[in-house]
Amino acid sequence: MIWPVDLIIMLLVIICGLGALAVRDLLGAAILFGAYSFMMCLLWAIMGAVDVAFTEASVGAGVSTVLFVAAVFRTSRRTKD
Amino acid sequence: MKTIALLTVLAIGAFLLYGTPEFPAWGDPQAPAALHVSPYYIEHTIEDTAVPNVVTSVLADYRGYDTMFETSVIFAAGLACLMLLRRYQPKTQETRLYRHVPTGITLRIAQGGKIPEASDEFERIDSQWVPYDLIVKLTARLIVPFAQLFALYVIAHGHHSPGGGFQGGVIYGAALILYAVSFDLRSTFRRLSERTAILLSAAGVLIYASTGFLCMLMGGNFLDYGYLAPLLGGDPVMARSHGIFIVEIGVGMAVMAVMVSLYYNLASAGRHDEGL
Repeated sequence: MIWPVDLIIMLLVIICGLGALAVRDLLGAAILFGAYSFMMCLLWAIMGAVDVAFTEASVGAGVSTVLFVAAVFRTSRRTKD
Repeated sequence: MKTIALLTVLAIGAFLLYGTPEFPAWGDPQAPAALHVSPYYIEHTIEDTAVPNVVTSVLADYRGYDTMFETSVIFAAGLACLMLLRRYQPKTQETRLYRHVPTGITLRIAQGGKIPEASDEFERIDSQWVPYDLIVKLTARLIVPFAQLFALYVIAHGHHSPGGGFQGGVIYGAALILYAVSFDLRSTFRRLSERTAILLSAAGVLIYASTGFLCMLMGGNFLDYGYLAPLLGGDPVMARSHGIFIVEIGVGMAVMAVMVSLYYNLASAGRHDEGL
């Protein structure tokens, strides 16, 4: 595998994960979590697990982001802590 | 409290990293998992089930039990969300917004007020008002049918390419959710009502489980699709392929309905009248 691509995607996974934890705006956290899922999907595809990558792309990056956004829409956009 | 939680997480993370070097290397052919079970699946999938995609045959045939209970878990998650969030309360008289379609004027109807019945010129809009957006609606109207067709393709073509019931069901549900986001919740209810969604999710699990019981009736083990050959026609190998397909349809139905029902409950806070 092309290791620089691998490394960049790994770094982006970690950055998106930490960002989703750190961001105060919950809508931004949901979007960052979607980006995290998409990077994970690329990582699965690199490792050859195409079925898992497909599931990650549709469930993680697709529907769960929409569900998070819907939940934020019905609750509040700011975290308390 | 926060420091204790942070320390716990860091300690567990350190332990996990400490244990990682003990694992076999990635893609190691001498790994225990690759020595005993995997070669059998890789070598015998075609002659056993006539399915080229090994992942699908393992998921729905060799390990059919696991997938059945995964589907039940998703069904149970949908039921739990429904029970937690759904609010059944009598229709209260609230302020509603209507749009006069020919002119685009928005009307606010106060509590208990009525608009002329039998008039097609008014359509109800959400009280958290969003502007009428032609571009978004037209784009969604173009995308949704193709997304649904692609979802059906993913379910049906899971034997040969990546995909299957879970992915196809999620994409089908996402297409319906896209429709709900770009139009509104009420017009989505006209396409797929809450009742139909719940019935479909239960029917998906039922299709899966009853295929297994049908195999028992025909004299085999639970989910041993080869014994369905007299019903489906063809030899037992093709019957296993068709059995996988039937089961994938059940999984797709259940997953699609649960995703849509989760969205209904979350977006409308369980009231099912106005949503995102």
